Parts: sequence; structure tokens; C-alpha cells
Amino acid sequence: MFRYVLRRLLGAIPTLFLIVTGAFFLIRVAPGGPFDRERTLEPTVMANLNRVFHLDEPLWQQYFYYLGNLARGDLGPSFVYRDFSVGQLLASGLPVSMTLGGLALLLALVVGGILGCIAALRQNTGIDYAVIATATFGITVPNFVVAPLLALVFGVWLSWLPAGGWNDGNPANLVLPVIALALPQIAVVARLIRGSMIEALRSDHVRTARAYGLPTWMIVIIHALRAACLPAVSYIGPAAAGLLTGSIIIEQIFGLPGIGRYFVTGALNRDYTLVMGTVIIIAIFVVLFNLLVDVLYALLDPRVRYD
Amino acid sequence: MTQPRSPLFELDDIHVSFATPDGPVEAVRGVSMQIARGETVAVVGESGSGKSQAMMAAMGLLAGNGQVTGAARFNGDNLIGQSKRALDRIRGAKITMIFQEPMTSLDPLYTIERQIAEPLMVHGGLSRRKARARALDLLELVRIPNAKARLGAYPHELSGGQRQRVMIAMALANDPDLLIADEPTTALDVTIQAEILGLLADLQTRLGMAILFITHDLGIVQALADRVYVMRHGVVVEHGPTDRIFAAPETAYTTMLLDSEPTGRKAPVAPEAETVMDARGVTVTFTTPAGFLSRPSAPIHAVRAVNLSLRRGETLGVVGESGSGKSTLGRAVLQLLPSEGRVSFLGTSISGLDRSAMRPYRKSLQMVFQDPYGSLSPRMTVGEIITEGLLVHAPELSAKDRDARARAALQEVDLDPAVRNRFPHEFSGGQRQRIAIARALVLHPTLIVLDEPTSALDRSVQKQIVTLLRDLQIRHAMSYIFISHDLAVVRALADHVMVMRDGTVVEAGSTAQIFDDPTSNYTRRLMRAAFDLSTVLSEQSVART
Repeated sequence: MFRYVLRRLLGAIPTLFLIVTGAFFLIRVAPGGPFDRERTLEPTVMANLNRVFHLDEPLWQQYFYYLGNLARGDLGPSFVYRDFSVGQLLASGLPVSMTLGGLALLLALVVGGILGCIAALRQNTGIDYAVIATATFGITVPNFVVAPLLALVFGVWLSWLPAGGWNDGNPANLVLPVIALALPQIAVVARLIRGSMIEALRSDHVRTARAYGLPTWMIVIIHALRAACLPAVSYIGPAAAGLLTGSIIIEQIFGLPGIGRYFVTGALNRDYTLVMGTVIIIAIFVVLFNLLVDVLYALLDPRVRYD
Repeated sequence: MTQPRSPLFELDDIHVSFATPDGPVEAVRGVSMQIARGETVAVVGESGSGKSQAMMAAMGLLAGNGQVTGAARFNGDNLIGQSKRALDRIRGAKITMIFQEPMTSLDPLYTIERQIAEPLMVHGGLSRRKARARALDLLELVRIPNAKARLGAYPHELSGGQRQRVMIAMALANDPDLLIADEPTTALDVTIQAEILGLLADLQTRLGMAILFITHDLGIVQALADRVYVMRHGVVVEHGPTDRIFAAPETAYTTMLLDSEPTGRKAPVAPEAETVMDARGVTVTFTTPAGFLSRPSAPIHAVRAVNLSLRRGETLGVVGESGSGKSTLGRAVLQLLPSEGRVSFLGTSISGLDRSAMRPYRKSLQMVFQDPYGSLSPRMTVGEIITEGLLVHAPELSAKDRDARARAALQEVDLDPAVRNRFPHEFSGGQRQRIAIARALVLHPTLIVLDEPTSALDRSVQKQIVTLLRDLQIRHAMSYIFISHDLAVVRALADHVMVMRDGTVVEAGSTAQIFDDPTSNYTRRLMRAAFDLSTVLSEQSVART
């Protein structure tokens, strides 16, 4: 298994390299530049800025210059947030996004998993239909509707919780954004677990467990749930990478200093280095979580072996 | 015959019905039967006769849409309507079950040690350590070789026979009074079947439990059962002592079951018939190529240097147990798998031809598969399925001509041509296999490779398909390569037989020679396990005492 993980990590290097290269040239191809404003700058100022940031050099030279810095762990200065380097921006924003995303993922797995199991065990009853209806609702209603509603109801009208702000990660400030972020994931996980659980409960080996008089909790948790988790595990990989790297919508609505907004503001302002920084972070998360899913899969299912 | 005064287990007017979108379906309609302590009883019937569902209902294992009425008494207590808690004091402790599919009946995610230990801990109150120690004893009892090393194995690491031994170990764990064995050997090879049945018979004499066999295989019934219940369409049509049922069946249905062994022999072809296929040194080796930073896996030799020759109108039966390479050989001669060796068809070499080069020959070289469910596309009508090949091989035909060919092909396989607008799921297994044969037939092939075409079918349906295949062969002067593990079917169809084991040919010759006077020990063992189960079982028990 160790060899496998090592092999996968080594194999990720060319993947990341291709992503970096693709993203680098794509963003440069986009029209406009980081210093184009509605009011155009003095040509000399523009030229100076371009020289400072090496933007006057040929593209391939800029590319190798960027790669060189990247190899030393330097993501470069941000063009828009002038007083910060991209590294600093990500270092301050990433913990916020990861805290929110991690909690939302946990919530989604626990609540979604439990709801899915209950629905499967009570298949075709009122409880089952209620879970499915709620899940469908959760998937269809976008979080830019849910988030302001939550803030309005619990933050403004009832004043139970702060309606926004980070406040150094005070738990009360986390509740609403985490719920808003988790709701669609809860819905997806509940549906996935319900489906695979129904299948698992009908399988021959669960019939064996029932024929041997095992108690219900053993049948459900030990014999059905472990098998039912497998499809959910494959879903969680990409979902986790998405959640942990921040959500622009939730961060904007609740006024949180995560990294989700950087991707959008960076792209809109042609902040080349900031875009590259967020692309690299997201790519690393996707690669890592896919690896984690594969390892988890092998731990859950002894038929899967990589060595 | 004398009924035991108080039966150990008794079904009393059991009815089972399933709620379906088309209304309730009655699967079992008033079944009553008894089994006494230590007795061996068989319930026989074809698929859909309700024999399994009656037992499932008694054990509270029906699917969610199932409804049961009647009584199932174990030692006088009615099990039906009991709470799960009350049932669980009996299930897995006093009554245990083993099932047809030993692969899926065990949980693939846990070691066999754990799965044997669970019922011991639940019912016997054993500690985990004691349960694991007992699991080892049980594995030794069911004669798993090198039991200690096998404790930590997962089901997929065991062979089919070993998995069924593990199921038996689980069943014996709590010293049951009754063991219900639902088609326990149907998925196994004949020699493994003989071993498993021998094991069960031996354990029964040592441990004294009653065994209830649910089976469609009359060979098993005759070899093992004291009494027999014959079921059809959800009712018991006949019951009595095994000897009486076999010697003097009272109903036409039982008589039909008893002679549903395929009969008749293939008529020999004229000696001047041309050679259709000739293959020399066919070898198939499977390797996994080396990947990024990984070494290639050890090559698997699935077929090693096999020769075969087939004349027009002839049938070559290829027999062997699972994993012997017989299906791989069938695919290799049709160039559906990369292989070494030389294969010629009607005098032209076809070995090594790629897909497009093979296309002109595909029309003449057809294949029919085992699983009539899996090999017909569920989203196409029967007419579309049958005529699909014509679109490729006879594009000049108009839609009307194709339809005419489809009707003719359906008539040839004794199906009403009107069915061509229906979908595969509307047909029974036997009808689907007829459709698969019609699909091959519509192209007027010269050679058909039939890969276990009758294995998924009931005996009586098998017999019809065998007769059909023989008739079609004479009518169209086709040659068959008939791949099967079922020796009785091969005997009724083949001119020549090839016995394969581990990718090589153990023995080859005319059908009469192989069946009446086999030279190799392996073939002899195969024949005896298939045709003389009783003797094999009694010899096994003598050998053990």
C-alpha cells in the first residue's frame, strides 16, 4: 500500500505540471491584463509596472520564470492585492475555507448518511418519501437562496446567531455558513446512501446474516452499511476537494475571508499569479482526495488491492 | 409409509404471495410437509415451482413485498408471525441454511473467520477469542485444507467449493437440529459437488441433524434423500419415499422430471464430409502489461497447444470443469481473443486476422452464450436483435426481406414469429435461448460455438433445446463446437468429445469411446461424479471410516 501511495504521488507530478502549464497559457490568452483599468494608466507607469512584473518579456520566458519560482515554493506577488504575495493570501484564506469545508463535509456525511440509512430501512414509507422529497429540495434549491434566507431568519429576525463575519473562527459564526454549505451535500449523500443501502439490504449475504439470526444492528451496520458506503466514498473525493477550496457564494454572503473569492476576483482582474495559485491549490486537493478515496476504498473493500 | 408422530419441522398449508405492480402473484399455494429428526428430505421442482420461497417464508426471509399465511412449526412452535427477536433464537442456532451461490452468500468484505464466529458469538454467547478458536475447529471439520492459514482469507480468495464448505461450517457452528440446503451444489462442478454432498452426508451421520435439500437435480435426490416432495406451480404434486418415487412415480409431472435427462444420440456424418475447421496448437496466454512503476504479472496459460478438427455437420463437445480453459478455447478459435497457433476455416487460414479482416468470416462463424438474460440487449425488440447481424453481413436486404428472414428464423426455433415485436424480458429462460439461437441462425452460419447454452435452464427445457439443436444441425448441415460442463447434454449432442483440464486436453475421442471407456483417471472421475453419484458418495464414506 505504501508503494502504491508513493507511486500515485509521483504520478501526480506530471499531472500537476500539465495543469500549471495549461492554466498559465490559458489565462494569458484571455484579453486584457492585470493593469487595465477603466481609466487607463499613464503609459510610463504602465511600462514600469510591466517591467517590474516581467510582463514585457516573451511569454515563454515568463513561463520558465514562473516555473522557476514555483519550484522554490514562491507563487509570486499578487497583481491586485498589491501589498500581499499570493502565498500570503492563500495562507490566510485557506484555513478559513478548509474549516468551513471540513465541517460541512462532516455534517453532510453524518446527517446525509443517517438520513439515507433511515430512508432505506423504511423504504416506501412516509419517512422514506419525506427524506427523498427533502433531498430533492436540497439539491434543487441553490445555496445563494438558502444562505441569505438562513442569515435573515436566524441572524436578523431571531438574532440567535451572527448573520455574517469570521470573528476569528468563533463557533457561533460558523454555524450558518457550514449549514448552508452542507445542505446540498447532505441531500446528495442521503440519496446515494439510500440507493446503495437498499441494494445492500437485498443482497445475498445480508440474507445469510438474517438467516443466521444476527441482530438488526449487526446486519445493518456491519454487513449492509460498509458495502453501501462504497459508492458514497467515490463521490466524496471530488466533492471534498470542491468544499475545502471554498465557495465564493457562501464566503461573499457571510462575509468570510476564505479563498473562494480569490478565484473569481483573480480571474476578473487578470491577476495572473493569484489565479495560478488557486488553480494549483485546487489541483492538489483534487489529486490528494482522489488518492485518499482510492486508499479508503481498498481499506473498506478487501477485493480491491493495488500492490 | 409411516409418519413420524411429532415432526421436527412441519409446514402446514403455507401460502406465499408477492405484491407486484400487476397485482398479487401466488408463488406457493398451500404447501404442507414434514421432516423428522435426523431425516433427509428433498424438495424437487423446476425453477418457479415455489420450492425455495416456501422455505424462505417459513424462515421469515421473504422479500419485502412477500406475504405468507399458514403455519411453519419447529418442535411444535409456529414460526410464522413471530417477532424477529423470537425468530432469531431459532435461525442460525436450531435451523441453519446454506444457499446456492456461495460467492454472494458470504459477505465479501469480512474474513471467513469473522463470519463463522458471528453466529457463535450471537447464539452461543462465546467470547470473540473462543469463537475464533471454534471457527478453526469447524473449518477443519468441513475439511478445508490448511485451515489455520485460511482463517484470515476473504471469500474471493477461496474457490467455489471452499466457499460452500465455509457456509457449511457456519451452518454447523451452533449444532443445529435442521439444515436447509437450498441448491447447495448447483453452482459447483460435478466433482466438487460430489465432495460437498459427501461431506454433508458424513456430517449428518456424525452430528445427527435433519437435512432438507431444495434441488432440481434428481441425481442428488436419489443419492441422498429418504423422502421426496415434488413441487410444481406452488403446490406439492407428489410425495413419498425416494425409492418409490423413482420406481413408480404417480404423476405425469414426476415422470417427466425423471426422464428429462437428454436422450438420443447424434447420428454420425458421412466420412467424405469436408473439414470445416482445423486448429493446430492453439495457445492463449493472459498477461497484464507492465504499468507505470509496476512489473507485469505472471502470465496465465489459459489454453495450451490444443488441436481440433471438425467436419461439416459434426459436433465437437468440449467438456471440463470451471477454469479448464474450454470457453477461452471457443473464443480463441473464433479469433475473438488473441491467440497463438494456426486456425483454418474451410481451408483458409484465419489465425491472427484483425477485426475488419475477420468480418467476412463472422457471418459463417457464430456464437451462442450461456446466459440468455445477459446476452440479449434488454432495450431491443426480438426482431431487432435477430436481424442486427443482417444489417452488417447482408446490407443489400430490404427491411421487408430482413423481416422475412427473422420470421423464418423464429419458426425454425419453434417460436411464434409474432413475438418479434416484444422485448427479451417478456420471455422465459428457454425461450430466450431459442431467440439467441435464432439470432445465430438468421445468418446461415457454417459453424456455431455454443458456450454452455443449456446450463442456466431447467432439465426439461434443456432436453427441448438439445433436440432443437440436433434438428437444426441436420437441416442446415452446420457444425457445432459445444462447450459444456454437463456431460449428459454433451453425450446427446456430440460426435467427438474433448476433455480439458488446466488449459490442456486430457483426453479426446469419439463420444462413445470417451463415455464408455475413458482412459484417463480424470475423465473417469468426472464421469462417475456425473452419472453415478450414489456409488461415489458411498465410497467416500467407506474411505473415511
